[in-house]
Parts: sequence; structure tokens; C-alpha cells
Amino acid sequence: MSDIASLTISDMRAGLDSKQFSCSELVKASLDKADSSSGLNCFNLISAENALQEAVQIDALLAQGKTAPLLGIPVGIKDVICTKGVRTTASSKILENFIPPYDATVVRKLKTAGTVSIGKLNMDEFAMGSSNENSAFGPVKNPWNPEYVPGGSSGGSAAAVAAGICPITLGTDTGGSIRQPASFCGIVGLKPTYGRVSRYGVIAYASSLDQVGGFAHNVKDCALVTQAICGQDPNDATSANREVPDFTKVLGQSIKGLRVGLPKEYFVSAVDGEIDAALKKAISVLEGLGAIPVEISLPHTDAAVAVYYILAPAEASSNLARYDGIRYGHRAKGNYDLKTLYAKSRSEGFGREVQRRIMVGAYVLSTGYYDAYYLKAQKVRSLIAKDFQEAFAHKCDVIAAPTAPNAPFKIGAKISDPLQMYLNDIFTIPVNLAGLPGMSVPCGFTSSGLPIGLQLIGKPWDEETLFKTASAYESATDWHTKRPTTAR
Amino acid sequence: MEFETVIGLEVHVQLSTKSKIFSNASAAYGGEPNEYIDPVTLGLPGALPVGNKKVVEYAIMLGLATHCEIRRFNRFARKHYFYPDLPKGYQISQFDEPICERGHVDFYMDGAKRTVGLKRIHMEEDAGKNVHDSRTASSLVDLNRAGVPLLEVVSEPEIHSPAEAAAYLRAVRQLVRYLGISDGNMEEGSLRCDANISLRPVGELKFGTRTEIKNLNSFKFVERALEYEIARQTAILRAGNQVVQQTLLFDSENGSTRPMRSKEESADYRYFPDPDLPPVVVEESWVQDVKGRLPRLPAEWATELVNEYGLSLYDATVLTSERAFVEFYHEVVATCGNAKAACNWVTSEFFGALNKAGLEIEHSPVTAKGLGELIKLVEDDVISGKMAKSVFEEMFETGKAPGVIVNEKGLKQLSNDDEILAVIRKEFDSNPGQLAGYLAGNERLHGFFVGQVMKATGGSANPKKVNDLIRQEAVARKGA
Repeated sequence: MSDIASLTISDMRAGLDSKQFSCSELVKASLDKADSSSGLNCFNLISAENALQEAVQIDALLAQGKTAPLLGIPVGIKDVICTKGVRTTASSKILENFIPPYDATVVRKLKTAGTVSIGKLNMDEFAMGSSNENSAFGPVKNPWNPEYVPGGSSGGSAAAVAAGICPITLGTDTGGSIRQPASFCGIVGLKPTYGRVSRYGVIAYASSLDQVGGFAHNVKDCALVTQAICGQDPNDATSANREVPDFTKVLGQSIKGLRVGLPKEYFVSAVDGEIDAALKKAISVLEGLGAIPVEISLPHTDAAVAVYYILAPAEASSNLARYDGIRYGHRAKGNYDLKTLYAKSRSEGFGREVQRRIMVGAYVLSTGYYDAYYLKAQKVRSLIAKDFQEAFAHKCDVIAAPTAPNAPFKIGAKISDPLQMYLNDIFTIPVNLAGLPGMSVPCGFTSSGLPIGLQLIGKPWDEETLFKTASAYESATDWHTKRPTTAR
Repeated sequence: MEFETVIGLEVHVQLSTKSKIFSNASAAYGGEPNEYIDPVTLGLPGALPVGNKKVVEYAIMLGLATHCEIRRFNRFARKHYFYPDLPKGYQISQFDEPICERGHVDFYMDGAKRTVGLKRIHMEEDAGKNVHDSRTASSLVDLNRAGVPLLEVVSEPEIHSPAEAAAYLRAVRQLVRYLGISDGNMEEGSLRCDANISLRPVGELKFGTRTEIKNLNSFKFVERALEYEIARQTAILRAGNQVVQQTLLFDSENGSTRPMRSKEESADYRYFPDPDLPPVVVEESWVQDVKGRLPRLPAEWATELVNEYGLSLYDATVLTSERAFVEFYHEVVATCGNAKAACNWVTSEFFGALNKAGLEIEHSPVTAKGLGELIKLVEDDVISGKMAKSVFEEMFETGKAPGVIVNEKGLKQLSNDDEILAVIRKEFDSNPGQLAGYLAGNERLHGFFVGQVMKATGGSANPKKVNDLIRQEAVARKGA
């Protein structure tokens, strides 16, 4: 029964409710799979004991005939999200031994929904990266081909689902960190509208861009995990007072007449030929389902990466100031004066990419540079948001685009060229800058068998149209049923 | 060459809210080290600030009380620097968009009205405290105070003497106490003051180079530090040298200032709007609502006491120094109807008794109504002023109402003309020799009869009436 870990939630639900297998067996299967897939390096920590204990409690509930959509479902949590009593590192040496005294709101919500966390997932340090190579605990490998990156920064979260370790995981997305790894690993991932999900307890990278979302094998499972974590939180002043609709209601609805915007700036020669071809095929599938493709323009697209790499590091340089080795986290050994202690602790604790972004961020906020960089970038950010507003107001109901301009690349291929690495997020970054919901669904493979993702972008608060469109597309294709051989 | 002193004060007012500015942790003073903390106060990974509405309301109150413009669209900014008592590596403050701007504080000094302009008032969080343990050569951090709300009140450089600086600071303290937004306790650090000071030749318009004296925690220290600094800067300028712009600490032990850092670094705080906190929008209706709930302020009270109640400016200043005083006084007047008598009673007898007993007015055993009733008894000739003093003493001791004490002791003053006349006639008849002398014009014997009557009535006769009636009876006897 070891392959029950790779089932979808619907199949797990049926198995648990009909007593085909217990939650304990399911969690055990999940833990075994994590163990046998340890070469992928998905996990920073596996909480086997906790998980098995929780499973016993849930089995008692199941025995009483209790059920709920996520009751007894194994999940994994990106290691940037605080879990009470369970080490949370953000894949950084500076938090190597940090044990939070509190649960993030999303963790509390998942617990309330009855899920069982089997561990904390590897990631790029402080969510800074697009390949999961910037981890203090080593890179995560792509389950489709371990020589390749799984994407980042939520690489462990994507790989764990793709490898069939658990059906849903949580990730965070600041510039594409859910959608790009979902695309690279051939699974579904959704970044909700900014403000839809509480950030309380989520270790901040760039506060105005960060958003938690879920990974899953298919659209329905993604809707279920998204449902469980959304909603206003009194502990996060940026979480919005918006009613959360029942996302599963729109699944299976027709997309006849739906106007699908195709930004001409996203279908350009910079996009890999195989990706472009897969996208065009996906669009024709949508067209076949009654959708109407319309060309749109998002004229400020080419400024997005530059804007992002000013604003995100600016916020990061500030958010990461608290890691000073005084109250918690890594502190340099030896007796130093205060200034040296700070410098040594932080130099030893932060990895290269994190240090690079702190430096850039501190620079753009400095007197004399603030207006030219930070303030200018904020202005362009609002122009980018306006591009989307215009498109949604006049032209289309949803936007379709590649998730990434290229397929997964080999581990080590881009690590020494940050600019090349940054360009990986060229199509996902604008969505964060505009605060919109975005989703990646599998839409094919390259000739070498690596997954390709279709990105869907919605109006603010309109995750429903994303789920509806993705569900329709999924019903007409079988990409979501493909599993990597390493996971079989 | 004569120099003019130019002083500007930055006053930090710690607000008396229940919880901290950005979290639910208690904002109480004291406590065991690190008792009032939570993930937000500690700056734990993932912790987020959530604004305390009360702080905005308190800022609006102080803004209105100091005639400021209230900003409608407010943002918090992060001010970055590393220090162990600053858990996040930044302080959440306001930068170029403070909630209150362009106001003024009015106060009296040496009998004259003064006005000091305000540049701004902004909201921010307090830092924690580093405790240096010299025995173990280590530093400990207490974060109880971290995140306690502050209003920073920045004056224009319009103060021209140490005494005026202290008077201004007292006026700010008086205001925040009237508003009930802070206890203004300088010893506990609820009110802290930084002073900027420069000198310039009299008549010169350009400011001289200033120094900043940090953390002055008493009115006395403000004056002493500024006096020292004036003398120091004067000596430098007289010698033809330049004052160095620097941050100073006041050493209260030897009364001098010294540089805070050996090397003056120009700090770059890298301010930017805090992305964790949505803008605070202050609607006009909110401002109007707060305005409607503002208590009467000391300046308004003082004007009324002088113009309507006929008190001296000195008395008005004493009575308005605390909101509780003037409200007490106001009730005394409402009960007794005599503003001047009430003023005398409150400022001498009543304050004297409080002082002697070491009591705050809030805990006074004598209520304003009780004191008012006592004064009324004197006004109505029920008891004499002398009796009133002993009744007051008993009121203060027992908390009893004056009417009750007067009844219990039978202290009522004899004011009935017929009864007093009967005693006078008896005394006249019993002392024929003295009466003859009195009627013959020996005025000294008038005093003799007053004494006799007072003695005969056990001191309860209304002395004024005794006086008048003796003369009346003497005229009647002469005519007989």
C-alpha cells in the first residue's frame, strides 16, 4: 500500500472514509515515501513522531464517522512558515536552530482542517531564488530528472507533491516562487490575491509581495488547500476583509465565451521554442472549450524585473534586519564589540544571494538614492498594475501566458549568473507587483521529458475564474495525471 | 558680544494605552524583565504589527489641543538602525508625513503669555532597555518597554531661555495630563526630552551651530543642562572658536554635558513606508468626534477664572496646573457660590491639608461638594470662619459632611438679633460701672462688652452682629 501517498485528495478521502486505509497507514506511507525520496532533498525536517501521533487522533475521529475535506490528509509546509515547537529555518544558517513559539495562521488553519504535517520543506534561503540552489541545506532535485532544478523558491514544496510524498503542500510566492516550481515539477500551484491569505507567522521576504499558496496534483486539490488557508486575520493588517467563496463550486463549469487575454509582451522570442509551442497548443485547447483568445498588451512588462529587484531587496534588507544574533538565531562565537558581533553573525549566517539582496536593498533606500530607485520603482509598479487593470476592464476575463520563459535547467547551470537567474521570473513577477492571483497548471513536456506550465492570471479576488478555467483545461487534457518515474 | 539663545525641544510622550502600539502585549510600566512581551514585541520571524487605534486617537487629541493640522492620510515608516534594545532592527515611526503639523503651545511665564510653535507631532514605538551589568561585564535586554506607544512633539526653535524651556515642558505635561493620554511622569520616563540649542549674536537672523542634549529626564535637568550648555557655547564663541555640531549627554552628577559618541557618524536611517501597515485614514468625522469629546484645556480654564471669576492670574495658574484641581475648584464654586472664598479655601486650607497628609487630590477625604457646603455655611453666617477651620479639620479626618459635624457639636453660630440683644442687656446690667464709662465715650469699653458677650455665648455669637448690636443698645440706653 506504499503508493497511497501519491493519491489525489479525492482518492485519499474515499479511502479514509471507507476505511480502506487508516490515517496512520496513510501518514506512514507518506513518511516512507519521504524517506525513499530523500535523495531529492525535499525536506529540511521530517516530523515523523508528531505526524504519527496526530494520525492516531484523527483515526479516532474517523472511527466515529467524522469526515471533512482535508481530515487526515498529509501535508508539507515550506520551511519559511512558522510551526510551533517545530524548527523553522527559512533554509538559512542564521535560523538553523530556531524553534518558533507560535504557529503561523495558515498552519493553524490547516491543523483545524484536520491535515497532518509530515515536515518542513526545503527552499531557497529566505525565499530568495528561482532554482532552490540557495539553500543552506543543499539544493532540491527535480523528481522528473534529479540533475535538474525543481524551480524556486518553493522547490521542496513542489518536488514533494510531484514525487508523490504528500498530495498538498504550502509554499510562498513573492515573484513566482509557487508558480515557477509548480511549472518545473509538472503540478498545480496557485498564488492567491495579495491580502487573501494571512502572512502572520510567515517569515517575511518582501512584505508587499509575499503571499502563501498551495501546491497539488490537480486543480480540485489545489482549490481545497486554498480554501482552507484563505480569510482575513486580525494578526495581519494587510489581510483583506473579503468573503471567501467556495472555490470548488466553479470546478467543471463551462468557459464558453470566456475571453482569454494573451499579452503580446509574453509571447516573444525570449521564450523557449518548446514552451511557446506547448502554450499555443494549450490556448487552442481553451479555444476548443469555447473560450475566446484575445491579444492584449501589458506595455510595462519589460520594466517588471528591474522594479522587482529594487523593491523586493529594499523590503528584504529591512525585514532581515531582525536577524542580529541577539535574541535568537546564529551568533558569532567569541567576544566582540557590538558592531563586529552584528557583522560577523550576519556574515556567517546569511548566504551569498541573501547578502547580495540585503546590500542592494540597503543601497536603494539610502539617502540620495531613494528617489532614483525606490520611489521610481514604486511609480513604475503602479503603472504595471494599471496595465492589468486596463486589460481586465476592457479586453479579457483571464490572462494566459507561459509560467516561465524556459524549461527546468540543470543544477549549477545559472547559479553563477544572477541576472540570467532573475530573468526566469519575468512572467511571474508582474503578477506579484500588481497583487493579482496567478496559477500554474501543467500543459506539456519538453522533448527531454521536463514539464511545462501554463500560467493563468486573474483579476484581484477572482481566484474563481482561475479555478474554473484550469478545471476546464484539465478536463480536456491528461497532463495532470503524469507522474515522474522516480516517484513510481 | 551678546548672544541670543535659541532652543528647540523634542518631547517624547509615552501614552497610557492598555496595550502596545502594534501588538496586544501589555504597555504597563515596570514588571519583571521581559514580562510584557509577545512574538511582535520580540521581533520574531513572521510576526506582524497591527495598529492600535487608540494611539491614533490620542495623537488627534494632542494635535487638536495644540492647534495642529491633522493629516488625513497617514503612513508609518521604518527607521533602521541596529541596537540590542531594538528587536526588529528598525523602529516603526512616521517620517515625512506626521499626523499633526504646524501647531502651538500657549502658557504663562512670569505673568505673561508665551507661545511656542510646534513643527510636528508623530506616532512611534518605544525601544526596550539595555541593562549593563558591570560585575559580569555583560549587557542584558529588557523588552517590556519595546513597542509602548509614543508621541514625539517637536517644537520650533522658538524658546529663548532655560526657564522658558522648562515652562514649555511643563505646559506639554499639563496638556497630556488634562487629555488623560499620559501620566507625564518624568521619573518613570513617561515624558522624556531632547533639547537642541544654539547661540547667535543678538540681531543675527541665521542660526548658530547647534548641539543636541539627549534624554533629559527632569525639569531641573532641562534647565541645568541648558544653562551649562549656554555657558559652554558662549565661552567657545567668545574665544572666537566654532561650536561643534554633536549629540551630548547631560551628567547630572557634575552638572555638565559630554559628547555621546566619540565620533559623530551621520546616520542614514533608510526610512521607507512600512509595507506591513496599511495607511491610517483619519476621516473628518473622526476628528470632529474627538473634538466633541475633548476636555476643557488649561488655557480656557485660566481665562475663565480670571475673566469670569475675578481671580488673579497667579491663583488661576495654580488652580489650572492640574485638571483635577480646576475641576475640584469648579465644583466648590458651584456649591458655595463664592469664587474668591472658594479659591482661598482650595489653595490654602485644602492644598495644605493634602500636602501635609501626602495625598493626591483623587484620594482626598474631603469632596468638592463638602468643601463647597462648608464655605456656604460661613457665607450664610451659620458658622464663623474660625469654626469652619475646625470643621474642615474634622472633615479631613473623618470624611463627614460639614452639616453633620456642625449639628453633632452644636457649633451653630448665634445670629439671632433678639437672643444676642438679651445677652448684651444682661452684660450691661451686670456691669453698671463699665456701662457708664462706655456710654460716656470710653471706646475701649466697647471691646470689653464684645469680650463679655462672646464669653457668655461660648464664642458662638456672630462677632459682627455682636459689634453692631452693642452699639445699637448703647444708643438706646443713652436715649432713655
